[in-house]
Amino acid sequence: MRTILFLIRKEFLQIFRNRFIGRAIFAIPLIQMLILVPAVTFEIKYVNLCIIDNDRSVESRELIGKLEGSPFFRVKYYTWSEEKANELIYNNKCSAIINIPSGFGKELGAGRPVKILARIDAINAMKGQLTWAYLSGVISSYNENIIAESLPVVQATMVPRISVTGRYWYNEMLNYKYYMLPGILVILVTAIGFMLAGLNLVREKEIGTIEQINVTPVKKSEFIISKMVPFFIIGLADLGFGLILGKIFFNIPFEGSLLLMFLGSAIFLVAVLGLGLFISTFSSTQQQFMFVAFFFIIVFVLMSGIFTPFESMPMWAQKFDLINPVAHLIRFNRMVMLKGSGIADVARELLLLCGIAVIFTTFAVRRYRKTA
Amino acid sequence: MKRFLGFVKKEFIHIFRDYRTLIILFGIPAVQILVFGFVVSTDIKDAGVAILDLSRDETTQKLTDKILSSGFFRKTGELLNYNDIDRIFKKGNTKAVIIFEKDLGSRLFREGTASVNIIADGSEPNVATLVSNYISAIISDFNREMNKTLLSSSPVVQPEVRMYFNPSLKSHFMFVPGVITLIMILICALMTSVTITREKEFGTMEVLLVSPLKPSQIILGKVAPYFLLSFINIITILILSWFVFGLPVRGSLILLLLETMLYIMMSLTLGILISTVSKTMQQAIFISAIGMMLPTILLSGFIFPIENMPKVYDYFSSILPPRYFIVIIKNIMIKGTGLQYVWKETLIIALMTLIFMALSIKKFSLRLQQ
Amino acid sequence: MKNNSKPVTGYPSSKGEETMERGETVITVRNLVKKFGSFVANDNLTFEVYRGEIFGFLGANGAGKTTAIRILSGLLQPTSGEVRVAGFDAWKESEMIKKHIGYMCQKFSLYEDLTVKENIQLYGGIYGMSDELIKERTEALLEKLRFTEYKDRLISGLPLGFRQKLAFAVAVLHQPEIVFLDEPTGGVDPITRRQFWEMIYETADSGITVFVTTHYMDEAEYCDRVSIMSEGRIVALDTPENLKKQFNTESIEEVFISIARPGKSSINLLNINQ
Repeated sequence: MRTILFLIRKEFLQIFRNRFIGRAIFAIPLIQMLILVPAVTFEIKYVNLCIIDNDRSVESRELIGKLEGSPFFRVKYYTWSEEKANELIYNNKCSAIINIPSGFGKELGAGRPVKILARIDAINAMKGQLTWAYLSGVISSYNENIIAESLPVVQATMVPRISVTGRYWYNEMLNYKYYMLPGILVILVTAIGFMLAGLNLVREKEIGTIEQINVTPVKKSEFIISKMVPFFIIGLADLGFGLILGKIFFNIPFEGSLLLMFLGSAIFLVAVLGLGLFISTFSSTQQQFMFVAFFFIIVFVLMSGIFTPFESMPMWAQKFDLINPVAHLIRFNRMVMLKGSGIADVARELLLLCGIAVIFTTFAVRRYRKTA
Repeated sequence: MKRFLGFVKKEFIHIFRDYRTLIILFGIPAVQILVFGFVVSTDIKDAGVAILDLSRDETTQKLTDKILSSGFFRKTGELLNYNDIDRIFKKGNTKAVIIFEKDLGSRLFREGTASVNIIADGSEPNVATLVSNYISAIISDFNREMNKTLLSSSPVVQPEVRMYFNPSLKSHFMFVPGVITLIMILICALMTSVTITREKEFGTMEVLLVSPLKPSQIILGKVAPYFLLSFINIITILILSWFVFGLPVRGSLILLLLETMLYIMMSLTLGILISTVSKTMQQAIFISAIGMMLPTILLSGFIFPIENMPKVYDYFSSILPPRYFIVIIKNIMIKGTGLQYVWKETLIIALMTLIFMALSIKKFSLRLQQ
Repeated sequence: MKNNSKPVTGYPSSKGEETMERGETVITVRNLVKKFGSFVANDNLTFEVYRGEIFGFLGANGAGKTTAIRILSGLLQPTSGEVRVAGFDAWKESEMIKKHIGYMCQKFSLYEDLTVKENIQLYGGIYGMSDELIKERTEALLEKLRFTEYKDRLISGLPLGFRQKLAFAVAVLHQPEIVFLDEPTGGVDPITRRQFWEMIYETADSGITVFVTTHYMDEAEYCDRVSIMSEGRIVALDTPENLKKQFNTESIEEVFISIARPGKSSINLLNINQ
């Protein structure tokens, strides 16, 4: 036990003696968090439209007026040239072209249905769908007006309709900062813990200092633990500072128990550090380690459900996420922080994290060899 | 020149002898493209919804069936009262609760109007928005069907929609170019900055510097193999995205490859620049991996559209090279446009390459003088 | 040259008589073989080392010295053969061996980003020494090496000779039974080398067995017994005097050259020796 304390002291001395690393482990995550959190939003506020009005009638102008009235659309361009409109969509100047055919007003006036053509840039599928949904909304309300005008009053009210009202819980204004902040914080802490602990061990191999340690009676577990503890403490400190800054700058809510939050984060850190050290036992150079670690970090992060919904992933990916500590912590954090879930609600995530932590740490201790 | 070629050859041998690194260099980007092409998607599928049906009549049953059979949702539970809502949300699997008001069916036919209330879990705002939108769309569809006969005889505008560039609305079209952009810059910058810093840290750079090679030749020699490797890499990735995801190259392939080379060059010079400011490998890794990863993912327009960010970030992200390459690659591959639509972006990346290069040379010679 | 300060423990100065009185055996190696794939690094080594002696391993680079010393100190597993160090079996009890030995690596491997004092404290702690003991020994050690004024300097700023002496001092800090030194004087200037050997004698005087490898011929003369290695085998093993007498030469260097001369089978030489 005393041995571990000596080793841990040595790690701390080394970390903070390197002026760059000593500062970067706190500065980089916190600054990145503050800068990035407000930037990230899926919310599509508006879409630029280009309109080709070949009819120029009262009816077509009324429809355009409806589009202009919708907060989602900005009618930015009017043109008569298909070519010009195409160029605009190719240049990313607008994301949809509405083509109103000539004779639009006349047909409607004659009581016949009429088609209009909407071309939507769908490279971003989500935005494409959303544009389409809003467009249908505007057109249905336009249609309702026409129907209401054309039908006798009594009959119009008799059209049965189910109306939909909606509300969002836990984050009424759909503030993306609440959603992104825990995620971004977790990514940064993962990157730091995973990378630095493993790199540290591989570096000792590469420059040969590990040889002098291996010839001492230090236990394998003591050595691995001494590599974990400093980054564990740094990781928790990063998380703590991050949350405090989040509260100050973005007023993120803490619905659940702070203690539970830190318990989850602590288990998560052990899991990530264990995996990092496990991988480091396979690598002989820092370069090798870094590539493998980097691969895992990107996979873990992009598959964790931080940026894209977990449920949208194929089944195999969801299965894989059982061993992805980042996915568990993200779910855990959002549940505890934003919804105030209790320990019973997040038991599954906690248990899985514990399992991953135990497995990887054991692997790391096992794989680490004092003899070549 | 001959000396230089010899040096480049040595560097190549160096890389190719270490098969582990080689596997990593080629394997990782390929695996990542495959994984993310399949995984990174914002489509709603099997999102959990719970139903609080206070009416329990024929209409609500029909509505429930219609919602659940859409393929977007799966039922996580049937609630009995309002108090259950909070409980089921806290378990985490339910994204929305659909509440059918009391006597929905009879009110609908007696009064002509009834209401459905959706409560979505705002802790995941994007899912919440999508789920509510989808449910609303299904319900308006239900309305339309109910009044089919009435509407078909009326003068209405029927929109006809064409989804440009991506008619089947696959999210691959958005993410694969993004993943290519992200992985290439990170790997290139990481590789070069770490190899060069390694020489510095282990003192072998001194040996090279006293050799008759010029510093610029040394750097060039170290970077040349990676240029080739990255280029082969990107070709592998393009072939994979074509075969596996059906991602087309609608524009000129040659233009695409030239742009790619430019982008690789830029990433490599960025790596060199990082190496000139780092003393140890750890520092280089810290800057090129931890420092660059998130801004690249978040601010380049890879997942999150730039036009939705606050204006400041629009400016801020304009110093990030991936932002431009994403535009270039999407334009050439998916929209099939030529240089006339991407010349501005191309110029910016070229300019960045020159700036990085100039800065590195300046830093490098400064250090030599000391 | 420094013969008069040689330790008296165990090893008598009588010239290789069969009846010589020996100290207790601390290292026993029988038929040790170490292979790396098809390459045989140690080919059937057999020897014993006695308490308190300075035992030298002499050989060219690549002769298998480092492999042998790494096996003895528990850093490598042997392929076959019997190895006992400080009473423990290298196969089963390598961690026990590590408690009783000190080791100084060929490549400097103290932490360069720690200070002199921090390195000493770290290894003191690792070997389970108490705080008072660490403090006491640290002071004594710094005093002896005249390092006191450098105690708070980072290792990275110290010259090589300095570092090597420090590494040796750290290796014997916990007063092990045996200390293994793998080419401790490589690249060090002659004056420092001499100081270094004085430290080795002092260590041996205090009862610690010193096992040292070197490729400097003159250093072999300072050892109590020398074994000469070539291509993974021990081709000669005796006191420096006996070796010189046997090969009828003036110095160990000449012994080495005559062994390495082509045409002579090294196996025969080994047989002659025994």
